[in-house]
Amino acid sequence: MSLNSVSTARSVPETDTGPASPSGGSLLRSELIVLFRRGRTLAMLGALAAIPIMIALAIKLSPAKLSAAKGPPFLDQVSNNGLFLVVTALLISLPLFLPLTIGVVAGDTIAGEASLGTLRYLLIAPAGRIRLLLVKYAGVAAFCFVGTAVVAITGTLVGLAFFPVGRVTLLSGDTVGIGEAIGRLSLVSSFVFVSLLGLSAIGLFISTLTVVPVGAMAATVVMSVVVQILDALPQLGWLHPWLFSHYWIDFADLLRQPISFASFGENALLQLGYIVVFGALAIGRFASKDVLS
Amino acid sequence: MTSTIAASETVESMTAPDAALAIETRGLVKRFGTQLAVNDVNLSVPRGSVFGFLGPNGSGKTTTIRVLLGLAAATGGSVRVLGEEMPDRLASVLPRIGALVEGPGFYPFLSGTANLHRLDSADRFASPATRTARVKAALERVGLSHAAGKKVHAYSLGMKQRLGIANALLMPRELLVLDEPTNGLDPQGTREVRTLVRSLAADGITVFVSSHLLDEIELMCTHAAVMSVGRIVAQGTLDELRRTGEVYVRIITPDDDLARAALAELGIAAGYPVGGRLSALLPDPSIAPETIVSALVAAGARVRGFDIEGATLEDRFVALTGEGFDVAQ
Ligand SMILES: Nc1ncnc2c1ncn2[C@@H]1O[C@H](COP(=O)(O)OP(=O)(O)OP(=O)(O)O)[C@@H](O)[C@H]1O
Ligand SMILES: [Mg+2]
Repeated sequence: MSLNSVSTARSVPETDTGPASPSGGSLLRSELIVLFRRGRTLAMLGALAAIPIMIALAIKLSPAKLSAAKGPPFLDQVSNNGLFLVVTALLISLPLFLPLTIGVVAGDTIAGEASLGTLRYLLIAPAGRIRLLLVKYAGVAAFCFVGTAVVAITGTLVGLAFFPVGRVTLLSGDTVGIGEAIGRLSLVSSFVFVSLLGLSAIGLFISTLTVVPVGAMAATVVMSVVVQILDALPQLGWLHPWLFSHYWIDFADLLRQPISFASFGENALLQLGYIVVFGALAIGRFASKDVLS
Repeated sequence: MTSTIAASETVESMTAPDAALAIETRGLVKRFGTQLAVNDVNLSVPRGSVFGFLGPNGSGKTTTIRVLLGLAAATGGSVRVLGEEMPDRLASVLPRIGALVEGPGFYPFLSGTANLHRLDSADRFASPATRTARVKAALERVGLSHAAGKKVHAYSLGMKQRLGIANALLMPRELLVLDEPTNGLDPQGTREVRTLVRSLAADGITVFVSSHLLDEIELMCTHAAVMSVGRIVAQGTLDELRRTGEVYVRIITPDDDLARAALAELGIAAGYPVGGRLSALLPDPSIAPETIVSALVAAGARVRGFDIEGATLEDRFVALTGEGFDVAQ
């Protein structure tokens, strides 16, 4: 139909190959400022910082020693070595708290701007649709990084303050010095950060589908929960390697001697796949979308 | 103007685009589902004009503006803005346009200044070095300097509207597209906008302004187009729009029923009085005023004022878009 072909031909209104200019990075800087000065973001980061503190208090205040079989792995080790607080806190945050905050930030990216009415003004500024998506994704990735870092850094500080710290016994039984242990913890944190990037891309895509930010946030969080449930069903074994949460708990591989980077690599590749697929979907959707809000 | 037949349209679209036009649409169509929000619109906005875009609620003004700015894709037809084919050249044309579309949109948790910084940083052609100065100047120009540091959630409707206009003025522009700029403004603000538009026009900037306020348009525009149910029903200079040869009779009377009956006898159909004044189109301009007055007096209507004059923009607007108050679609 000719009318249709007209509208699809016009559906990609601009490419992002405009002349490079000195202010090319301004939008990213502005995005980061708006994101990290926002009360909601700071509140979420505060909540993430509270996780290691709560764990530390729970261990300190609990009268009896918990048996190693109960509670999350590593928990029983915290009272022996404060650095394990970081690992425990990340392990507890990864399935729910981190995806929750990322759902909020990623779901808000486009839908939030649309609901405020700022999306149309960004586009006629003109921000460029693809450039705006890239900047938005970079903002979410920055939040993933900062969120993970907040858990890791408060975990380290609180662990140092509340518990004895000495040579660290790895899962393989070898012991390493504090310097090496801190190195391993940075690797674990990077692993967690990378693990969140796939979900961020999904959230960005969902955010281009609606002008109701709360809907996009909820849908992203629901996605993360559903995928983790699917990952736990043994009947769906064939599907598991494709689920973005599949390698999430494999960061323990980074706590063995000799260190194994295999799961780190597989996880990174899987997350990259999600970024490519959902990034392309987001671009495909947003580049042709009528902005009517 | 409205019912271009297919053949003449083809001829039109084959002729070279007019470089003297800031906005030119040919056969523009925008469909929402089954509804034609914009239906075969041919706009010709001359460069340097102050162009009023009129039409009742829901007639398709904002939708047309969205398509002009590349926010929505046209279902059919062609659009040229500042001489460039749209939406292909969107990225290079948009920096030359300042716009206010369907009210302002801002981050409520940021101050007015921070909001303008944010939107300015989205424009790759806006220099960060001059940003602070440009934001300050734009805020000053709309009289918001004193509220610049206030969070936008604490702004009144009119203050937000002013901030929206400031955003359109952040960079030197060739074309300003203002969708109902005086919405929510106090009388001073309305006057300011009028003065602003005039001073911009004096600098050679084309201003495309949509409004329902006909006196506004009459006071500041050189050209206008009237939309009704997605179509343009009239377009041209203000004088062309008013100069239709139509003559109206205006009668001030408390007995409008009697007067209407007397006028009907003479073949003059009057509407309902507005502000105590009856207004009616004279179908035959040669009817002598005294004939009408004596008919009114004979019918027992107390005539307290009487006048015969040419059409105002409001007469034309109502004649073109209909008396009815209900939204058409
Ligand atoms: N997002 C949308 N989806 C479906 N229909 C829409 C949408 N936006 C507008 N319309 C329809 O398109 C028509 C034109 O709307 P538009 O907003 O362009 O009117 P307008 O002339 O700007 O009116 P107003 O003077 O009230 O601002 C209306 O009938 C409206 O119902
Ligand atoms: Mg409108």
